Amino acid sequence: MHKTEKDRLNDFVIRLANVNGTGSATANSLLMKSIFRMGIPVVAKNFFPSNIQGLPTWYEIRISKDGYVSHTGRVDLMVAMNAQTYIQDRDDVSPGGYLLYDSSWPRGDKLARDDITLLGIPLSKMCNEAFTDARERILMKNVGYVGAVAALIEIDMNVVRGQLQKTFANKEQLMAANLRAMQLGYDYAKEHFDCPLPIRVKAMDKTDDYMMIDGNTAAALGCVYAGATFAAWYPITPSTSLMDAFARYCERYRKDSDSGENRYCIVQAEDELAAIGMVIGASWTGARAFTSTSGPGISLMTEFLGFAYYAEIPAVIFDVQRGGPSTGLPTRTQQADLLACAYASHGDTRHVLLFPANPEECFYFGAEAFDLAERLQTPVIVLSDLDIGMNEWMCPRLKWDESYQPDRGKIISTEELEKLEDFYRYEDKDGDGICYRTYPGMHPKGAYFTRGSGHNRYGGYTEDPVEYQEVLDRLLRKARTARKLVPKSVVLKRRGATSGIIAIGSSDGAVREALDRLDKPMDYLRIRGFPFGHEVQKFIDAHEQIFVVEQNRDAQLRSLLTVELDVNKRKLVSVLHYDGFPIGADHVVDGINDALKQESAA
Amino acid sequence: MSYITKPKVAYAGLNKNKLGLTIRNYEGGMSTLCAGCGHDSITAALIQACFELNIPPERAAKMSGIGCSSKTPAYFLNAAHGINAVHGRMPAIATGANAANRNLYYIGVSGDGDSLSIGLGPFAHSIRRNLNMLYIIENNGVYGLTKGQFSASADMGSTTPKGQLNQQPPIDPVLLALSLGGSFVARSFSGDKEQLVPLIKAGLTHKGFALLDVISPCVTFNDHQGSTKSYAYTRAHSHETIHTDFIPHADEIKVEYDEGAVVPVQLHDGSQILLRKVDPDYNPKDPGDAISYIQHHHEKGEIVTGLLYLDDNARDLHAVANTTDQPLTELSYDKLCPGAKALEDVFEAYR
Repeated sequence: MHKTEKDRLNDFVIRLANVNGTGSATANSLLMKSIFRMGIPVVAKNFFPSNIQGLPTWYEIRISKDGYVSHTGRVDLMVAMNAQTYIQDRDDVSPGGYLLYDSSWPRGDKLARDDITLLGIPLSKMCNEAFTDARERILMKNVGYVGAVAALIEIDMNVVRGQLQKTFANKEQLMAANLRAMQLGYDYAKEHFDCPLPIRVKAMDKTDDYMMIDGNTAAALGCVYAGATFAAWYPITPSTSLMDAFARYCERYRKDSDSGENRYCIVQAEDELAAIGMVIGASWTGARAFTSTSGPGISLMTEFLGFAYYAEIPAVIFDVQRGGPSTGLPTRTQQADLLACAYASHGDTRHVLLFPANPEECFYFGAEAFDLAERLQTPVIVLSDLDIGMNEWMCPRLKWDESYQPDRGKIISTEELEKLEDFYRYEDKDGDGICYRTYPGMHPKGAYFTRGSGHNRYGGYTEDPVEYQEVLDRLLRKARTARKLVPKSVVLKRRGATSGIIAIGSSDGAVREALDRLDKPMDYLRIRGFPFGHEVQKFIDAHEQIFVVEQNRDAQLRSLLTVELDVNKRKLVSVLHYDGFPIGADHVVDGINDALKQESAA
Repeated sequence: MSYITKPKVAYAGLNKNKLGLTIRNYEGGMSTLCAGCGHDSITAALIQACFELNIPPERAAKMSGIGCSSKTPAYFLNAAHGINAVHGRMPAIATGANAANRNLYYIGVSGDGDSLSIGLGPFAHSIRRNLNMLYIIENNGVYGLTKGQFSASADMGSTTPKGQLNQQPPIDPVLLALSLGGSFVARSFSGDKEQLVPLIKAGLTHKGFALLDVISPCVTFNDHQGSTKSYAYTRAHSHETIHTDFIPHADEIKVEYDEGAVVPVQLHDGSQILLRKVDPDYNPKDPGDAISYIQHHHEKGEIVTGLLYLDDNARDLHAVANTTDQPLTELSYDKLCPGAKALEDVFEAYR
């Protein structure tokens, strides 16, 4: 599938193999950012262990002049800085590729490979000679290889220096040491190798209005802009950085300048059950509140999700999905919480889900989730994943409409209550399944008792079959309203297409790239909300065959489509990926081609 | 069933409080608990306390979990919002509610099953956070609504009506609260309204977590000979440590006690608690003393009641979180949104 020509200008993959806890993250990010600042589209993926220090970690930079973002599995330049994984790293280099390693200590010929080029640089030796401090010697090796790679693939050193300055602003001494180490690597490569290599970069103008940001940070910003004032959470990978970012931005933007007091409150709960309970309590009182979690947290939250569904209390939940089931793979990605979220809790429940595909959508959906939760008076789960949440993606400049006002939904004001004869919590006055609510403390007439036990339209306890069923049926009407309010699907059409692809979330990059490579033209529908909008049924009806691409074993999206819509199951063909790494375009192309081949053989 | 509205009979001559409200304004729906249930006495004491404290009924928020005890918020303060959380999770709901709107009186009513078994975690952590609320445990040592299983507060050696013996040690919420740094720890008996009303008033006024464990006999499943939480047993073994009186702010202190035996404690809103020491050697300001005192009497088969510990200076959740005095629910959107320009800074930072 890949181009075989040697010259891969602005189209190759660098993988950096490191030991976690050695400070390589800063150096790797510097390398990625420098290429990005040369105007060349990049995407960065971090493959890390569930560990703090001493285990292998990989960082991958895909440079793609066409702006492709999916995981390729290909390695054109390997920076092998971890002796422990050297053999594996060597084997992972694609034929014709390059391997840069620390040649301070001799490595026998058996460690080489005929079809790749080895580039040995005595980084440790150089750093040991140049620096005296033990910590510096380790850290500076990282910047050393940045310099070497810059020489090898012809990164503009002025850009690298600029980025370095940004990283170490106000830390002059560190800046000087870094510059020195970088120059050592750069000079060594220039002197000993034929620079630049055929894989190299050349400045473009394709990143001017973009930044490199992770989805969790973007989602946290969305919460700040939505006016969320309360958050409760329990630490869990890979969602923790969402709450960290929320705290950081609140600290910056939500402190009263006179009193120094906080216009927000974040509680680290004792577990996820408490976290969602606190969110529901805060929402019930009238605040915009959210929690961030991952699969195991969702499992613990399900009872409360059913409560909020039935008692009709808004709540926003970010599920940054990781590999399941059980503890599973905390530091790997998957889309396997779909069914658990769609129908979370016992009894008849159905939750509103949003599927962001990238950090940009994490920001906008992050904010919109609160409008939807309050409009629909129900939990809204934003299903992100580790790939979106923790990796750095190119993201267009985020914008905010200054005229925006939060949609607090159907609230009866104190003044209106004063005039009202009676207020009943669960009356469907408008026929859309959504009732009017009041906040505690407003007015004696607004009081009602919120309960998860059987209740009637007046909010009273009931075991009466007619009264009980009336409320359950209205909740179904509300779900139909939700269908119209969730973000619409994105549709890409190709001329002459009779088949289509359906995907959600972070599978988007792989599908888009696959569309360009498939022999057969295909239309593409990316679902962005649940309950599914009418356009999903229409798309399925309009195509002879649909490939459902998703990152889980059990074809959860396909199940959801067949349960919720009127679909001939055989029309939906699954393309599944669930090894914990992000899905790549190859996998989609191969999966679809295999299915087509089997069909023609049958 | 709680939807049966209690007839509001207001006869002339019914006392009015400072808000011009009668005690009828503080009542709720008709109780559906068994006749003679201790919980109903606690409900009556709550109504009395709120009336006397002149709390605007809509400024209270009633929180409960699941179980007989947790039904009771439907039986008082009809003009207040109430919420019946999932089993054992009321403290979590109360934490979020209080964090979002600090200006309400939070009244939590729970039971020994709800707080000491399924909900022990959130209960313990809400004490640690010193959440500003009154937390009543209606403690009967038994699961009433599921018909008589032992709860975690059942004493060793107590029996069910059918003679089944409890062989596990109990969890005492009072000792637990003391060990977790609870700032207001009290115990009472549902049959002792004289003691209960001032303790509820003090708890409602306390700025922090006020735990009030109330022995509340279950007339159906735990009021027999082998029970240590029956009316007869509690009356015989209750040991009042401190007699509590509560004087609201701006009221003239009329109660007179023997100087040496009375400890007045001023609360943050200016109101006062008067602690009349029944036991001269009891010190309500030291949690260690309180623990050993309770244990000492427990060994003698006595249940110590009264305000057992008070720390009026402990910082509550809001003090620790440094939240604004204005409830978060009342902050206007312009005070929350950083504005479009701030996104420019974000853009530069992530370039």
